[in-house]
Amino acid sequence: MLNTQPSIAPVGAMPKARPSRPPLIDVEGIAMIWLRDMTRLWRQRSRLVGGIVRALVWLFALGFGLRRSIVPIAGLSYEQFVFPGIIAMTIIFTALQSAISIIWDREFGFLKEVMVAPTSRSTLILGKCLGGATSSTLQAAIMLVFAPIASVRLTTLNVLEVFVAMFVTALALTSLGIVIAARMTDFEGFGTLQNFITLPLYLFSGAVFPIRGAPVWLQVVLYINPLTYGVNAIRGALLGYGAAEIPLDLALLGVFTVIMLSVAILITRREV
Amino acid sequence: MTIQVENLSRSFGTLEAVKGIDFEVGRGETFGFLGPNGAGKSTTIKMLCTLLTPSGGRAIVNGYDVVCESGFVRQSIGIVFQEPTLDEYLSAEQNLRYHCMIYHTPRNTRDARIREVLQLVGLDERRKDLVKTFSGGMKRRLEVARGLLHQPQTLFLDEPTVGLDPQTRRSVWEYVLRLREATGLTIFMTTHYMEEAEYCDRIGVIDNGRIVALDTPAALKRMVGQDVVRLTTPDVERAVAEASRWLGYPVYCEGDVLCVEGENGQVLAAKLISHLTLADIEVRDVSIQAPSLDDVFLHLTGKAIREESVGAKERLGARLRSHGRLRR
Repeated sequence: MLNTQPSIAPVGAMPKARPSRPPLIDVEGIAMIWLRDMTRLWRQRSRLVGGIVRALVWLFALGFGLRRSIVPIAGLSYEQFVFPGIIAMTIIFTALQSAISIIWDREFGFLKEVMVAPTSRSTLILGKCLGGATSSTLQAAIMLVFAPIASVRLTTLNVLEVFVAMFVTALALTSLGIVIAARMTDFEGFGTLQNFITLPLYLFSGAVFPIRGAPVWLQVVLYINPLTYGVNAIRGALLGYGAAEIPLDLALLGVFTVIMLSVAILITRREV
Repeated sequence: MTIQVENLSRSFGTLEAVKGIDFEVGRGETFGFLGPNGAGKSTTIKMLCTLLTPSGGRAIVNGYDVVCESGFVRQSIGIVFQEPTLDEYLSAEQNLRYHCMIYHTPRNTRDARIREVLQLVGLDERRKDLVKTFSGGMKRRLEVARGLLHQPQTLFLDEPTVGLDPQTRRSVWEYVLRLREATGLTIFMTTHYMEEAEYCDRIGVIDNGRIVALDTPAALKRMVGQDVVRLTTPDVERAVAEASRWLGYPVYCEGDVLCVEGENGQVLAAKLISHLTLADIEVRDVSIQAPSLDDVFLHLTGKAIREESVGAKERLGARLRSHGRLRR
């Protein structure tokens, strides 16, 4: 076992070059974190089943369970109306989950490696945001396969549009998750998070009922919730319902993402 | 000097984890911090690795200040953490490749370098396998390989073999010692295993945030006494007379056992046996008792290191948490 002859240069023989300072935006470092998330998504693809089943349960329970009890909304049957909401649900669950995974990953896992690497803290945050958003978008995209069940027609154009809408929504929610993760020190709060953040954000986002017609106080809540704009954009792209507001929705989500990422970078800078 | 530490301290709230320590580590030296958990070892290593800002004092690693030149320090050191930090869902090779990316090692040498370090720790044949299929010892070796990937000048090992069985521990060390030989690397390690501390050129015994002794393992052992050679002989009275006349200092007996103290037990025993045999005194049995680092630790701190280990860790952990300042 010990018979290989490695040819590592003795340390003393190496010229002592001053290593270069890490760049402010470390493209290669960000790419590494993104690549790792993609590799993990592929290696753990059997885990995707859980998310798909959860989404289908909601689709059948709501879409088909409530179909007869709810009058068509703007000419859309309820299962059509709720289908984009189910996609948004997949995004919020997966985006927050991947952001929260940072907590144990940096205490007991691979990210601890990244924490001591010669790179700025923004690398971790930007890489994780892109990785989480990409994997979240891909998982949500799987749900598009079930569009015919909900009588939602897919065209090349609206699929492209919905991908953009899903990705921007996923960026916003992942960045929100990262801020939460940066503040959380243990993961006992994980269940709490599901109950107090994920579910309310999902239910009060216009995913399962139209904003118009809701009481005023509820409308205020809905407009504060970033996911509302994501649901709007995805629904606009898929069904044309509220399509005119898509650019505004995406712009607001973009601004939200930038604010969240800045906050996350500021919080983690102050650490140690 | 590879590491220079002056009056380094770190407090968590009102708890002083490290209370102003000084030491230096030379180039190519293997330096160990020995002490129970909670003594301040991990806090010190974290400060040297720029993971924790010192509350006071100064530390220079590979010529760079750990506070104002942390980026340079990070590029020049390799770290193997106490807890595993490999991604189990990636292959060995992928773990190393990602390390290269975040350390920005030259792209054209990456493949060769990855193969080289994998060969060094005997894992080249398993390079395509997922890390989750590896044994505990293999994972540790892969982490050591990863720590060396960017050609650091100093390797930090924080409790490198904790949680491994003694056999695996020895095998991990075989590899570490071999690469020390091959590279002339400076190694800074912490441990609470005595047999691991023996691999060090010098040891700092740390207790309660202070360095209570710092010397070579042999010198530390001399602090608590010399080796004792015990020879069983049927003619113990003549043996005592013969031995003390030959050595020039008094020896004693316990029953029919001749007891001789001296610096190097093995050499002393060999010489005594041949001398007594020449004087026609039969030697039936021989044993050599050397002072252990356990004895040193007991002597210095008044407590045995093992019994202390779990309790102390929990105590420090609990105290840190109650201060609400456990590293975030």
